[in-house]
Amino acid sequence: MEAVFDDLDAYFKAFGYTLFLFLVAGVLSTLLGTLLAAFRVSPVSVLRLAGTVYVNLVRNTPLVIVFGLFTFMAPYLGIHFRWVDVHIGTFDFTSFFSVAVVSLSLYTAAFVCEAIRSGINAVPLGQAEAARAIGLPFTGVMRQVVLPQAFRASVPPLASVQIALIKNTSVAYVFGVAEAVSRMRITTNNFPSQRLGIFIMFAFGYIVLVELFSFLANRLERRWRIA
Amino acid sequence: MSTAGVLYDAPGPRTRARHRLYAVLSAIALLGALAWAIWKLYDNGQFEYELWEPFITPAYIEALLVDGLLVTLKMAFTAILGAVVLGFALGVCKLSDRSWIRWPAWAIVEFFRAMPVLLLMIFLWYLIGIEKDASSYWAVVLALTLYNGSVLAEVLRAGVLAVPRGQSEAAYAIGMRKTQVMNIVLMPQAVKIMLPALISQCVVALKDTALGYAISAPGLTAVAKQIFTAFNNRVPTMLVVAAIFIIVNLLLGWLATWAQKKFVGEKKPRLVVPMVGQDGGGGVAI
Repeated sequence: MEAVFDDLDAYFKAFGYTLFLFLVAGVLSTLLGTLLAAFRVSPVSVLRLAGTVYVNLVRNTPLVIVFGLFTFMAPYLGIHFRWVDVHIGTFDFTSFFSVAVVSLSLYTAAFVCEAIRSGINAVPLGQAEAARAIGLPFTGVMRQVVLPQAFRASVPPLASVQIALIKNTSVAYVFGVAEAVSRMRITTNNFPSQRLGIFIMFAFGYIVLVELFSFLANRLERRWRIA
Repeated sequence: MSTAGVLYDAPGPRTRARHRLYAVLSAIALLGALAWAIWKLYDNGQFEYELWEPFITPAYIEALLVDGLLVTLKMAFTAILGAVVLGFALGVCKLSDRSWIRWPAWAIVEFFRAMPVLLLMIFLWYLIGIEKDASSYWAVVLALTLYNGSVLAEVLRAGVLAVPRGQSEAAYAIGMRKTQVMNIVLMPQAVKIMLPALISQCVVALKDTALGYAISAPGLTAVAKQIFTAFNNRVPTMLVVAAIFIIVNLLLGWLATWAQKKFVGEKKPRLVVPMVGQDGGGGVAI
């Protein structure tokens, strides 16, 4: 445990990368997942099929394999991320980070899509029928009746998906991002006798992130819950 | 969609024509993107015969299926067996009336659910001893047991709580003891309700065995690594491995749907598995 306390800067920097991975991939996966959900519930049959195929393929592939596929395939498709060269403080965001973010987003988007779709399915049909019956136009039905309820219903599953994303950022270690698990391995290699303490410290870091996010999601859910 | 749904009213003839136009346009766009990606890969020589040769050579197919898939399935199966046992123990403890049993179980479940499996896996690998034989194999199995066991404890609790209240009330009313109520009345019904969730958890466990790649554990990823280092065919190998995982997981998914229909019925009682750090609310296997 002292090994971690002696080098707290490295510890926090590693979790900084974890947090950045989570934040960027969280936003991207939510955007992509919403688009996919729109595909899956659209009246256009081809888009529905495309959404279903994507979700079923990605959901059943291990994240490591998704990382591998994207990492190895991207150069052939002309996706290089050489232009990504951002430095904020002591953090460097380069191509490794970008590849990890895109892989995480592609994977998580499939789950986000399902969470949003379950939210839409949770809206009783009568709500839409009543809204149409009183003469609301399509946009009115959507904006004032269906989407607010669907959004509220999808908050809990969306939160679980994002919590899983926090934990899944650890896979980025396998593909060369210096995040928390990578730091944990370095520290354990240097101080093998303290492995239990080191493990507890790093597990604690993840638990804090997860519980913090869970707490916020819970607050939001309570505030938005339909009475 | 022939009838009106929550989102869209029943389409008229003009809307249907418009949707057909959109369908054609989006089909062209999507197929175009796919064709472009395939052409790019082809252009870069990723469909050359030499790169795909191992996957039509019997010896390598055998290696993939026997040393790869079979070992992976064995790891996942052992882990799930362990996880079911652990999950039952922890789940029953979490349902206990005594707080000194409930709290430790709660703490264990929250601890293992809130951390990445990979972190746990690497720690267990160090704990067992990196240099020892099969240490990575057991690290994967143990890590998956602990993680999935904690998730299943939560699923079990949710399953027991999803049994209608009247069932336990009636059992108490005819004079059953607490253990009898649990064993004879609640558990059999809870297990039926949880079965689909349990099979979905098998998919999660099977997918997570691939994390063993990080600690060079045996299984599909290890065989894949050997193949792509020997033939330098990373993209074809990844595609083949992904296809194997997808096929097995889809089969498991169909099994879960079948179990749902057979044991639970169409109207499913909502199984509320709370997410980490929460008492209620929804959750999903990921």
